[in-house]
Amino acid sequence: MTEGSSIEVSKIQELVYELRIAEVMQPEVITVMPHTSMRELKEILRLKRISGAPVIEDGKLLGIISIEDLIKALEEGAMDDLVGARMTRRVETLYSDESVIQAVNRMAHTGYGRIPVTDRSGKLVGIVTRGDIIRGTLRRLELNYREEEIQRYRARHIFQDIVSDRTSLILRYHVQSKDFAKGGSASSRIKRAIERLGGSPAIARRVGVAAYEAEMNLIIHTTSGGEMEVEIQPDQVHLVAVDDGPGIADLNQAMRAGYSTAPEWIREMGFGAGMGLLNIRNCADDMKLESSAGVGTRLEIWFRIPPPPPPAPEPSESLL
Amino acid sequence: MKLAEVLTVLDAEKIGGRVDLRAEFSRGAAADLMSDVLTYARPDSVLLTGLIYPQVVRTAEMAGLQAIVFVRGKRPPAETVSLAKEVGIPLFSTRYTMYEACGLLYQAGLPGPGLCETFDQPGQAEE
Repeated sequence: MTEGSSIEVSKIQELVYELRIAEVMQPEVITVMPHTSMRELKEILRLKRISGAPVIEDGKLLGIISIEDLIKALEEGAMDDLVGARMTRRVETLYSDESVIQAVNRMAHTGYGRIPVTDRSGKLVGIVTRGDIIRGTLRRLELNYREEEIQRYRARHIFQDIVSDRTSLILRYHVQSKDFAKGGSASSRIKRAIERLGGSPAIARRVGVAAYEAEMNLIIHTTSGGEMEVEIQPDQVHLVAVDDGPGIADLNQAMRAGYSTAPEWIREMGFGAGMGLLNIRNCADDMKLESSAGVGTRLEIWFRIPPPPPPAPEPSESLL
Repeated sequence: MKLAEVLTVLDAEKIGGRVDLRAEFSRGAAADLMSDVLTYARPDSVLLTGLIYPQVVRTAEMAGLQAIVFVRGKRPPAETVSLAKEVGIPLFSTRYTMYEACGLLYQAGLPGPGLCETFDQPGQAEE
């Protein structure tokens, strides 16, 4: 089995654990009574196109009668026997709030193809078959897929759906100083937001890389962390990273390739090579860096989003 | 070059993350300096590195790199593996050194990004 298909299988397995029996069972159960005759049962099974039915009296589940019991009765010429005399009395049941995996296991264990479902008080509320489990799981898979599609669609069209003279979406993140382990989690979310909103992979990458460099700067260099604010508009992304110290003493020096004040342990982790600000400028369409020692730093970055290409013209009829 | 071929050339073993052996790379990148990866690596590359911190995965995610191969037989810590799984970047390990791993892939036909733009002239910074 390839890795890809095993991932699909595990998704279905997860669903089988998540889904409750109540969500896949048939709530309307055709039942018979103990004093129904086998002859009558044959007609019920034939007309309803079912292969078995729970036997009920006064709302209580007494047993289950199946097509196999009917065949035996036919062979023995005992079609006038009552269902109550030929039914299986020890009935396997499932609770409606149990997980579907319980039903799968019980069917595998007992070999039964249909199991009545009761609520916790023992009242019959439905019946579940293998087919119900397969249908229920597929339905949920499709539903999950459609919800994801709808969410993506909505995100992509937010700027068309919500009309104002200037609509923008603002995302804010707090970045903790020295929290190296979490480094990049804000940028990851920013990048994903741009992708969800329909930004091209190229623009998502440029914003992601610049945001990541800015986020790492806040983590590595600031005394008490900082804030990142991203304003997304249809035609541009504006990112601001602000902190309250220690500030940059010499901005010219800070912009020079290879100049870094990062401590040794940061360098060991592959950062602090003095390339960050240059790389931000490289990714951005515009950048503004203001800082004063002892006060703090404010970094602003702009990305312009090119308008989407016009739809391809209809092929002209005359060419044919 | 297909991921399957990269793994064969490097005799690499899988560590974690979602693997699609048909995934295709147009280039290779190798660095122990994440700043360099962020600056120079092209998207759709495979990254070779000797660093095993979770930040390697973040860097690959941001730079649009599709897979990470740890050289010198290094095994990353659990945080790195779980982050890779979360963002969908597969991780591998090869016992070749960085030098040899790069050489083998290049020889097998996987190019790099070509000449880099340089930033190193002092005083080039503006304002």
